[in-house]
Parts: sequence; structure tokens; C-alpha cells
Amino acid sequence: MKYVLLFCGSAEDAAAFEAMTPDELRARYAQVAGWFAQHKAKIGGTNQLQGPATATSVRFGPHGPPVVTDGPYLEGKESIGGYAEIEVADLDEALRMAKTWPGRGTVEIRPVTTGH
Amino acid sequence: MARAGDGRDPPRDDGALNAARDALSAVFREEAGRLAASVTRILGDFEAAEEVVQDALLAAWRQWPSDGIPERPGAWLWTAARRRAIDVLRRNVRYRERVPALSFPAEQAGEDDRLMLIFTCCHPALSQETQVALTLRTVCGLSTGEIASAFLVSEAAIIQRLTRARRKIATAGIPYRVPADDELGQRLAGVLAVIYLLFNEGYLCSAGDTPQRRDLTDDAEWLAALLARLMPAEPEVLGLLALIRLHRARAVTRFDAEGRLVLLRDQDRARWDHAGIAAAADLVVRAAQKRRPGPYQIQAAIVACHAEAPSWAATDWPQILLLYDALLRHQPSPVIRLHRAIVLGQVLGPQAALDETDALACDLDRYHLYHATRAEFLRELGHPARARQADERALGLTANPAERALLEQRLA
Repeated sequence: MKYVLLFCGSAEDAAAFEAMTPDELRARYAQVAGWFAQHKAKIGGTNQLQGPATATSVRFGPHGPPVVTDGPYLEGKESIGGYAEIEVADLDEALRMAKTWPGRGTVEIRPVTTGH
Repeated sequence: MARAGDGRDPPRDDGALNAARDALSAVFREEAGRLAASVTRILGDFEAAEEVVQDALLAAWRQWPSDGIPERPGAWLWTAARRRAIDVLRRNVRYRERVPALSFPAEQAGEDDRLMLIFTCCHPALSQETQVALTLRTVCGLSTGEIASAFLVSEAAIIQRLTRARRKIATAGIPYRVPADDELGQRLAGVLAVIYLLFNEGYLCSAGDTPQRRDLTDDAEWLAALLARLMPAEPEVLGLLALIRLHRARAVTRFDAEGRLVLLRDQDRARWDHAGIAAAADLVVRAAQKRRPGPYQIQAAIVACHAEAPSWAATDWPQILLLYDALLRHQPSPVIRLHRAIVLGQVLGPQAALDETDALACDLDRYHLYHATRAEFLRELGHPARARQADERALGLTANPAERALLEQRLA
């Protein structure tokens, strides 16, 4: 089955990330790179996203033209920092992978709609 | 059998009718989960299996009460399920080849199928209340009406919750299998939590005079016994089964003739089911021999100590205190510390118990039993005014009629 892992974080997660020393940061990136290397065979497209401050949203209301706003869709403190498509047997395998994610925060697992 | 709450006239012969209903429920519970489990395995799809199984079960609900329970109820249900499957599934390419395999006795039908069903219903990707409802529906074969009345919610809400759950199992890829060894411990803890919650739900509401409501403690015991048969090597399963049986063996004395709660120290121990208690205590010993202690085994050991004591005064309090210390290492919770404080009072006296209780003030200030317990210690220490205050506080925090009656009696 195909899933997308959404790497999410709260304002606290972001603050903890900001507070890391350069050495800690290097170590964290090495862990994340190691995780991607370990699961390489199961991972399709993946990207880290620029921060929510860089987001622009186009909202469709019930009437009139869509409205362009500065900021992300998710209001408040949570934001999505990146994603990875994965191809695994079932939700248990996806859960096993997500539980070893070294980037902290929250990993949301969403099945991908397939053609049938 | 009349479903709960369908507003029919009361039957003339309650006893005979209730006996017939209980017999039907027992057969139904035994067969419904078995059928659901095997059909799910053969079709490989939780939703499609549900559709087929539900029709078979509905047909049984309609026919068995008037025609009598068939000689081979499992075979009867299989035939009904197969007929339905041929009607609705054979046009679908995904199932066409699988439908012929739907015959009784199910190919490789073992109890393992039900174990897979239990683990899927209790998957952590479903909310716990959904796990409970799905287990009752699919493993125990309760009707949605029975589940709704047991949890005091509308039947529509239960139906919606179950529909969403089945949809999620299918689309999110929740697997139909017993988890691998490295995950089994954690997943089993989830299953046991569902059974324990079910037991507590039934136990707490058993005070009211509601004979038409299904006895969930019976379903919880049945599930724990099934799991103990399917996973004989797991000591925590035995522990939970023993715990449930030890409570049920003493249930008859929990309330007096007027439905008022009777505290353990005042219960008539001669009326307990002593054979049942001895058998359950043997289970605790058998579990302990596996040398993998856990919270259910320890709780069962505590309840066994109480159940085997000839009186409140002649209870082995130091042993129970040791067991509470062990339980706190597994589950460091303020409520367990409160129970331990009561035991401490029996070993070291009310002042030590009150000091220990006071240390829990910030955690348990909104918990009625915290104040009711403090009131008892304060009375023993000769502070009736402060005890009264604490009882009043407890009364303000509980809506349970049996508990309220007990507190009001104290305050009168």
C-alpha cells in the first residue's frame, strides 16, 4: 500500500529545534539521513518544506473568486515540515517506520487514494 | 428474542423467557465471532465480510427465537452467509474466486481466526471507544442496539462509529493478523485494556435495576476466557481473567436489598462464591509461575487476598501492601496510591494513611473517592467536623446513585 508520511511539528517542536547547538543539529541531520538511507527501498518522492512563514494560501469560498492569503492552511501552532511517499505492506509496517523517525514532532500517516 | 428497548409488551413468563434469551445469546456469541473471523480471512476484506456476516446474523435473530436454535448453529450461519455472499459478491471480480471457499466447516478454521479478529478490532489506529464497540459487535456478536444501550448513546451514533471504523480498516490498510513477536506485548496490552474497560463499564452500572440491559461483565469474562484459550502462554491474560472472576464471584454482596452500595468491610462473606474464588486464585498462581508479573496479575493477587480472607480484620494487610508497592512500580498512578493509603491505614494506622492521602491533594482534588477516603481517616482520628466537610465534598463530585446514597447516609 502507498502512504504519505507528513512530518509535522508544533511551535514547541520548532523552538526546540531552533535551540539546538550546531553539533546537535549536525547529529540530528545525520540521523535523519540515516533513516532515509535505511528505508530507501520503500521511499518514493520526499521533500523538506520551507517554513510556514513562507506559505501562501488560495482559499475557495462559497461565492466569488478565490482569496489569496499570506500564511499556511493549518491555523495556529502546528505545521507540516516535509513529507515522504512510502510503499509498504500495510499500516503496521508504516507505523513501524514512523516510530523510528528521528526528526521528532509528529508523523501523520495518510493512505494514498489509488485508482480503483 | 426482543432487542433491548424495542417497546414490546412485557412477557408473561419472565424466568423462562430470560433463560431462553440467555441461551440464545450464549450460542450467538460463540458462533458470531467465529463466523466473522473466518469470513474475513477468506474474503480478505473487513467491510465485505461484515456485510455478509450481518445478514446471516440478522436472519438468525429473526428465525431462531421461534424455530429454536438449530442443531449445528455454526453450519446454519455459514449457509446463510454463503447465500448472501453469492448474491452480493459474485459480481465483484475481487471476491468471485473466494466465494466458493465460504463453506462449513471453514477451511483451516481454527480459533486463530478469532485471535486475528480481536487484534484487528483493537488496533491502536482506532480510538479506544471504537475498539470497544467494534469488539462487542464483531467478536461478541452484540446488536448495535445492545451496544448503544450499554453505553447510553444513540444507536445511530454506534452505527456511524462502526461504519467509520470498518472504512478506516479497509482504506488505511489495518492488517488482519496477529502482530509479530516484537509488537505482541504492546498490542496485547491494548486488547487487555479494552476487555478491562468493558468489565469496568459493566461492573459500575450493575447497581441499577436494568435487567433488559446486557451484562457487559459477562462479555468481558467471556472475552478474557477466549483470549486465555487462544494465548495460554501469556500470564497477563490469565491475570485479567482471574481478576474479572474474583470480582464476579463476590458481586452478589456489593449491594443491599435496597440497591445501596455495601463496603467490602461490611459485606457478608458467607454469600461469596467460594469455589469460584478458589478456582480464580489458582489461575493467579498459574500465571505467577510464568515469572512475568504485570499489573493485571498483581491486581488479581490483591483481590484474591481480600477474597480469601475470612473477615476484614483478619485480612493479610502487610501482604496486600507489598502487592500495592509492586503495582505502583508498574502503574504509578495517584488512584492506586489512594488505594494503597487505605491499606497503609490498616498496617500503620489512620494518621500515616491521612498523611499519605494528603500528599495526593493536587492530583485527586476532583475525585470523589479521594474525599470519601479522607473522611474515613478523619473520623477514625476523632475529627468529625472535618470528616463531614470531606464527605460533603465527595457528595458534590459524584452522580452515581449508589455512591450518593452511601454518602448521604453518612451525612444524615
